[in-house]
Amino acid sequence: MERGLSFLFLLAISVGPIHSAPSTDTLDTIKLKEVVVEAVNPNREVIPTQQLEGEELRRLNSNSVADALRYFSGVQIKDYGGVGGIKTVNIRSMGTNHTGVIYDGAELGNAQNGQIDLGQFSLDNIEAISLHNGQKSQILQPARDFGSAGTIYLRTKTPHFNEGRNYNLRGTLRFGSFDLLNPSALLELKLSERTNLSLSTELVNSSGKYKFRYRRVNPAGEIAYDTTAVRQNGDINATRIEMNVNGMLNNGEWHFKAYNYNSERGVPGAIVNNVWRRGERIWDTNSFLQANFTKNSGIYSTLNTAKYSFYRTHYVNNDDKQIKIDNIYRQREFYLSSAHEVSPSNWCHLSASYDFIWNTLNADMYGFAKPDRYTNLMSVALALDWQRIKLQASGLMTFVHDRLKGQQSPADKHVFTPAVYTSFFPFSSSDFSVRAFYKRSYRMPTFNDLYYADMGNSKLAPERVAQYNVGVLYNRTGRGFVSATRISIDAYYNKVHDKIVAYPKGQQFRWTMLNLGVVEIKGVDISANVTVNPYNDLYVTARAQYTYQQAIDITNPADNYYRDQIPYIPHHSGSAVINVVWGDWNLNYSYIYVGERYNQQENIRYNYTQPWYTSDISASRSLHIGQVGLRLLAEVNNLFSQDYDVILNYPMPKRNYRFAITIEL
Amino acid sequence: MKTQLYLTLTFLPILLCITSCRDDELVVPTEYDIIPENPAENTEIRGFYLVNEGNMGSNKCTLDYFDYFTGLYARNFYAERNPNVIKELGDVGNDIGIYGSKLYVVVNCSHKVEVMDARTGIRLGQVDIPNCRYTRFYRGKAYVSSYVGPVLIDPQAPKGAVYEVDTLSLSVTAKVTVGYQPEEMEIVDDYMYVANSGGYRAPNYDNTVSVIQMIDFKQVQQIPVGINLHRLKKDRHGKLWVNSRGDYMSRPSRLHVLEKKKGYNQMIVADTIPIACSNMAIHGDSLYYYATEWNNFTASNTISYGIINVNTRQVVSTNFITDGTEKEIAIPYGIAIHPETGDIFVTDAKNYVSSGTLYCFDIKGHKKWSVRTGDIPAHITFLPL
Repeated sequence: MERGLSFLFLLAISVGPIHSAPSTDTLDTIKLKEVVVEAVNPNREVIPTQQLEGEELRRLNSNSVADALRYFSGVQIKDYGGVGGIKTVNIRSMGTNHTGVIYDGAELGNAQNGQIDLGQFSLDNIEAISLHNGQKSQILQPARDFGSAGTIYLRTKTPHFNEGRNYNLRGTLRFGSFDLLNPSALLELKLSERTNLSLSTELVNSSGKYKFRYRRVNPAGEIAYDTTAVRQNGDINATRIEMNVNGMLNNGEWHFKAYNYNSERGVPGAIVNNVWRRGERIWDTNSFLQANFTKNSGIYSTLNTAKYSFYRTHYVNNDDKQIKIDNIYRQREFYLSSAHEVSPSNWCHLSASYDFIWNTLNADMYGFAKPDRYTNLMSVALALDWQRIKLQASGLMTFVHDRLKGQQSPADKHVFTPAVYTSFFPFSSSDFSVRAFYKRSYRMPTFNDLYYADMGNSKLAPERVAQYNVGVLYNRTGRGFVSATRISIDAYYNKVHDKIVAYPKGQQFRWTMLNLGVVEIKGVDISANVTVNPYNDLYVTARAQYTYQQAIDITNPADNYYRDQIPYIPHHSGSAVINVVWGDWNLNYSYIYVGERYNQQENIRYNYTQPWYTSDISASRSLHIGQVGLRLLAEVNNLFSQDYDVILNYPMPKRNYRFAITIEL
Repeated sequence: MKTQLYLTLTFLPILLCITSCRDDELVVPTEYDIIPENPAENTEIRGFYLVNEGNMGSNKCTLDYFDYFTGLYARNFYAERNPNVIKELGDVGNDIGIYGSKLYVVVNCSHKVEVMDARTGIRLGQVDIPNCRYTRFYRGKAYVSSYVGPVLIDPQAPKGAVYEVDTLSLSVTAKVTVGYQPEEMEIVDDYMYVANSGGYRAPNYDNTVSVIQMIDFKQVQQIPVGINLHRLKKDRHGKLWVNSRGDYMSRPSRLHVLEKKKGYNQMIVADTIPIACSNMAIHGDSLYYYATEWNNFTASNTISYGIINVNTRQVVSTNFITDGTEKEIAIPYGIAIHPETGDIFVTDAKNYVSSGTLYCFDIKGHKKWSVRTGDIPAHITFLPL
């Protein structure tokens, strides 16, 4: 029933305007201004890329970067629910640790567990999110960027000043369900013709309280139980301060960033029989400083990056019924990268990069090994760009040396990972292309995998992945009734070797980590979007995405889950977005579908998890009162109030609302 | 141009058609397997219950039941019998016992003891006991060990307790503080003996057995035995068998015997048997044990099975599984002996996050049958006729 409704709704708003009188017009100039167009022509890309940017990104009902990533194909989000709930991303079922997240040119690292909580990254100051299966098409990049199996790039807003102005000021207030109060401010200053500064701050405060419902019926159709409760201990209070200074040089530019995120969160925990609230809390402080500069002088270009980050996590379990825990973890990372590219001719580019990373982790725990890690990475890449064929090949060598306090250091690790990408234009027009890639990548065992008290195994080897992909892309922009169309289809085969899994050890609930698993993934990603302009300043954009995945465990034929779909990977998933822009008005409908999954390795009825699908709508209006720009937004999420779990026993919110007022000076 | 548009738009309904719909969440149904087994002659055992612990946070503690008279093994029996209980049996089962007409399941991470009618499995009520571990019965009362004793005497290291529960009113009637993180208990001659583990205090494990005088329900003594105690079983001669788990590093697991000092009503450590022991079950004068030990060097578990004669305290067999089936068992996790036939039940918890297996061996150690269970099959209790 619910699906029927949403389906009708979707058709109604998508088919409706199409039969209106066709007309041509250029895009609303006010809209255009906000879209910072990167110099990259999408048709030049060799590598499958998905991108959300500017207005399109802002219109999606998303709280965080993780929410926005749900609209990309081949991506699965683990969402523990609520404003403060942890959200991690898994690209093409290879595992969260194989996803690199790059924030304005420098990778976000977490040597402790290798996972980035993308729920912590607000969309407030993000201008573009792009997802690359493998690596970026530009070969001038840090060596580390060649390393991940899939990479997400987050780019913050670059200041843009209108004629005669030397500052911009934007203030936003978001509020709504979960007692959310989320003010943010952005100040942009033009320091000189060649330098500018932006300061972005944000506060998120929410009780995290929401109603959720568990309901069961017996086979006769009678209600067995039906209970609604309020999610407890999901409160969050977080601040973010971010400063960027950008400068132009002769044939180059430089950027400096200082970032600080502070939060106190409750950990809501699993809802199980007789337990409706828990006492775990986490305080996070994530700070980093980063700087990079690029220079391009004819045939030679260079990109240099330096970053220092400090993460502090304080975890407390206050539950009277459980073991008392009060631990502080401190992580530091120092990162240096130098990348160089030479272009002997305009169809041939060569690059070489060297990165150095130092990581350390300290915890006030019994038996903690206090590891530090030295990573040296070297990459070489070649890009060839003929009329019809583009080719990119790269190789990355990684050396890892760990040191432990008071213990013998484990053996050094080194991995070589090559990649080859190609795209081919069979027709004279560049609208249609065929592409293929092969990439090997790895993930280093994290400090937790290696050294966590009692559980870590310092003998672990890196977990390795091989990816094979073929696809087609049709991309055309033009004028007329249909102003833009983009359809891409990719089929892929991935194999994860030496997957690091927890293995039971000795008695009771004791585990160790072993390089045991083998996972085979076959999938198809399809995405399409089309923009039509049926009437004057009415634009309708439809965007849809579908993923099929078979991700099976082929570790050991003796396991009772041999060849079963791995946990939390649906066979089918997809999303659809319909956006209508009419003058100052904007209406957005988005639909997300995640198919049936299993919450444990065995694909049996007891582990079956139902599909979930939510519909979100939002409406916004832009106003101009003199020099002041105003934007009002109202959104309804989970419109049909579906009661679902993304992760077993972590209930998601029912219907919820959010409002925003933005003032621009 | 239009064809492109329609192509794109037809894509949306296709997306909806190939995907399936969300249905009502059904009460998890019981599954039945037929077991090639007949009741013993003149038996007084109707069947047995097996509690599957389920991994922490999964809420997958389930109850299986085997009936010798129907030959049916019922997997996940509780939810179907008690469909109205919100979120079913709970999170991490830890013990099971039958006393009189009632069946008690200790559900550790749901902080409760679930009480059911032993014959029907229908819920009678629950007793809320925080972080409860094991249960024993004595003179109309159920006793439950718990990691949580007094609240806030020493917040860094609270001692555990044994709760006394009235089996008629199902309410807590008394509580006595014992050592740190108490586990199994036994009652011998009006005294209760409790194995204290101190598992929350690693590496400063507890090493004592608490002695509780049942007349006034007071702890009267703590006997030092060995670090990180867990299982505690009495044999028919009134001796206590306690295993210590060691520190999983330099101090190995051991099996200790406690018996009364000649002429005194006081237990002393009579012997420490130089074997590793994870769990045990006593049948007549035979103590069946197994041990799972992790070897860092080979990165694998070493599993041993054996029988000890409780009188001579000698290992009389180093394998009670004689047909090679032990090679199939990844992680032995529970053990029980049929009180009449001497059939040996061993459960395999595998990787803790998938269905386990229950094996039944005859007294000679030959496999009779095996059956798929829930996650982490662990504790068995026999149901009388």
